[in-house]
Amino acid sequence: MQVIEYYDDKVVRLFLLAAAVWGIVGMSVGVYAAAELMWPALNFDIPWLTFSRIRPDHTFGVIFAFGGSALMGTCYYVVQRTGHTRLALPRLAELTFWGWQLVCVLAMTTMPLGITQSKEYAEPEWFVDILIAVVWVSFGAVFFGTLARRRIRHIYVANWYYGAFIIAVGLLHIVNNIALPVSLTKSYPVYSGVVDAMVEWWYGHNAVAFFLTAGFLGMMYYFVPRQAQQPLWSYRFSIVNFWALISVYMWAGSHHLMYTALPDWVQSVGMAFSLVLLMPSWGSAANGLFTFNGSWARLKNDAAAKFMVMSLVFYAAATFEGSMMAIKTVNSLSHYTDWTIAHVHSGSIGWVAMITIGSLYAMAPRALGQPAMYSQKAMEVHFWLHIMGLLMYVGSMWTAGVTEGVMWRATNADGSLTYSFLDSLIAIRPMYLIRWMGGVLVVSGMVVMAWNLWHTAADARARIIKPIPVPIPEPDPDQIPSPIPAVS
Amino acid sequence: MAYRHFEAIEKNVGLLGILIAIMVSIGGLAEITPLFMRAHEVRAPSGVKPYDPLRLAGRDVYVREGCYLCHSQMIRALRAETERYGHYSIAEESVYDRPFQWGSKRTGPDLARIGGKYSDQWHVLHLMNPRQVVPQSNMPGYPWLATARIDAQDIQARMRGLRKLGDPYSDADIASVPDAVKDKTELDALVTYLQGLGIRNEPTTMPSATPATDGGEP
Repeated sequence: MQVIEYYDDKVVRLFLLAAAVWGIVGMSVGVYAAAELMWPALNFDIPWLTFSRIRPDHTFGVIFAFGGSALMGTCYYVVQRTGHTRLALPRLAELTFWGWQLVCVLAMTTMPLGITQSKEYAEPEWFVDILIAVVWVSFGAVFFGTLARRRIRHIYVANWYYGAFIIAVGLLHIVNNIALPVSLTKSYPVYSGVVDAMVEWWYGHNAVAFFLTAGFLGMMYYFVPRQAQQPLWSYRFSIVNFWALISVYMWAGSHHLMYTALPDWVQSVGMAFSLVLLMPSWGSAANGLFTFNGSWARLKNDAAAKFMVMSLVFYAAATFEGSMMAIKTVNSLSHYTDWTIAHVHSGSIGWVAMITIGSLYAMAPRALGQPAMYSQKAMEVHFWLHIMGLLMYVGSMWTAGVTEGVMWRATNADGSLTYSFLDSLIAIRPMYLIRWMGGVLVVSGMVVMAWNLWHTAADARARIIKPIPVPIPEPDPDQIPSPIPAVS
Repeated sequence: MAYRHFEAIEKNVGLLGILIAIMVSIGGLAEITPLFMRAHEVRAPSGVKPYDPLRLAGRDVYVREGCYLCHSQMIRALRAETERYGHYSIAEESVYDRPFQWGSKRTGPDLARIGGKYSDQWHVLHLMNPRQVVPQSNMPGYPWLATARIDAQDIQARMRGLRKLGDPYSDADIASVPDAVKDKTELDALVTYLQGLGIRNEPTTMPSATPATDGGEP
């Protein structure tokens, strides 16, 4: 008797909803923080509304709440499709959803109240960190459990990236957050001074590498060929890039500490590896872009493909910029300035957000039982709002960063400094206004996406969509462990 | 290597996972282990003492408020930096900093050697509302610090925790906390911390012959 098995898409839909909500929340906090830099009275002397208290909410909200939800949702979607199987531990998978939402809510409410470790991108205190570790291990168990019992023997490359993302982020999170709690709301890290700095930036840089790069490359390697309706340009090239990327990235963290009290040799090693890193980065970007060869005409009408192509262009641009900024001479100008902010946002609004949005637009109709998104026009509007906002943001922050860098180092003929610090702040004020407006456009685009998703999900909300059956291939008698048994 | 060797990895999830774990561990181990080993050898120079109770309380306010998001505490070994902020920062100065507060962005100026450059009164006015003393500033005000008291028992618990991590606090140091923080507000503590930055831990001998960034043998 033929048993019919269905993909486990409920948890995917939940993460899709969470990503849309957290995207708006995280980016709105960012817009408010940007407004405060322009109009400092906007904190109204309320502690939890002050820039320094809400900036971690912006970064956590966008990276871990929005990005994390999108990554976990697409990961569960991709591992099922590429393995022709349902999730191995469906209950645990749903638990990872609620666990991750609890993590995000707890982190984003405690940090503005001053319950923070003040380690950049690892601000949540010890009790949130423990919860993150538990959820993360469960996520790994679901993913690798599903992968181990797949029905397609070959592990598709997207899963390699998702796997590296899960393993490395778990490792980074645990090592960086080892701390001794002295009360419920306060802990001290076991590392101090230089060692703490090195561990923190090993974490911080590789959170970029494995959360914001490897994870989203997993997304890219599945959804780009799917949207281009062509196989990946070169499968073997993607594997070579994989090993190069994951091994080289881990060396590059010290480029965040150029000319500091970190030993010179570590700075130089970090710079050298950052330059090497350009190769696997551009390799992945090229592989994605060339996959569109022969189907570029698709860009005319397909907004999801537009998002994907532009995300790859910005991935290539941001990684080139990153390698250049790791050169000590360039870094001496760019470090501590808004150039860093420009670079981060060309990576995050450009690469991360656009590949996510493109993938969500590709995945959502399938997961929600629809032939297409509710409104193609809204997707188009979103694309142009996003691009305009991105260019305003990045352009203004580049200008501000270079202005600061040049003014801080300018000297008179007698060797004295030309400008006071305040001069540089006054000079870049207009740029802060343009940046804020760019941010407003990006958030507006996210609201348009949420509206579109809400309407696309109408049938799913009414519970009238049919689950998608898994295409079950001929069983392989030698497979150990055996595939997950089908249930009807 | 023949393709079949790679094929084995591409079909075996356990092997793939183990190889990923190895590849991602090498870089971190190579860079962090030597520093970690050296950290146990490097002793704080005589001028650098663990934070006294009031400065510790102030530092924890600095950490809690997230000041590091706009202010660095790391003067780089560059001419324009030392001209503006003073002697470049050296590793020994932050041996008691948990967490380190070097920062990564200067929306405001570096604070590594801010101590003594302004009066206590200036700092109080500035923290209450920065635009009272710097009209063009975009720093937020922190007036709530003026009404929050320092809790002596909390500070003692923190010092005991730091002692477990290796900071040399004596029983007498911990016993002195109630007197040191009596009637002090978080604002007092923060100002005391800021006024000590770069003062009590600035290198006494100018190590111009030995660059601070020299990590010794690679």
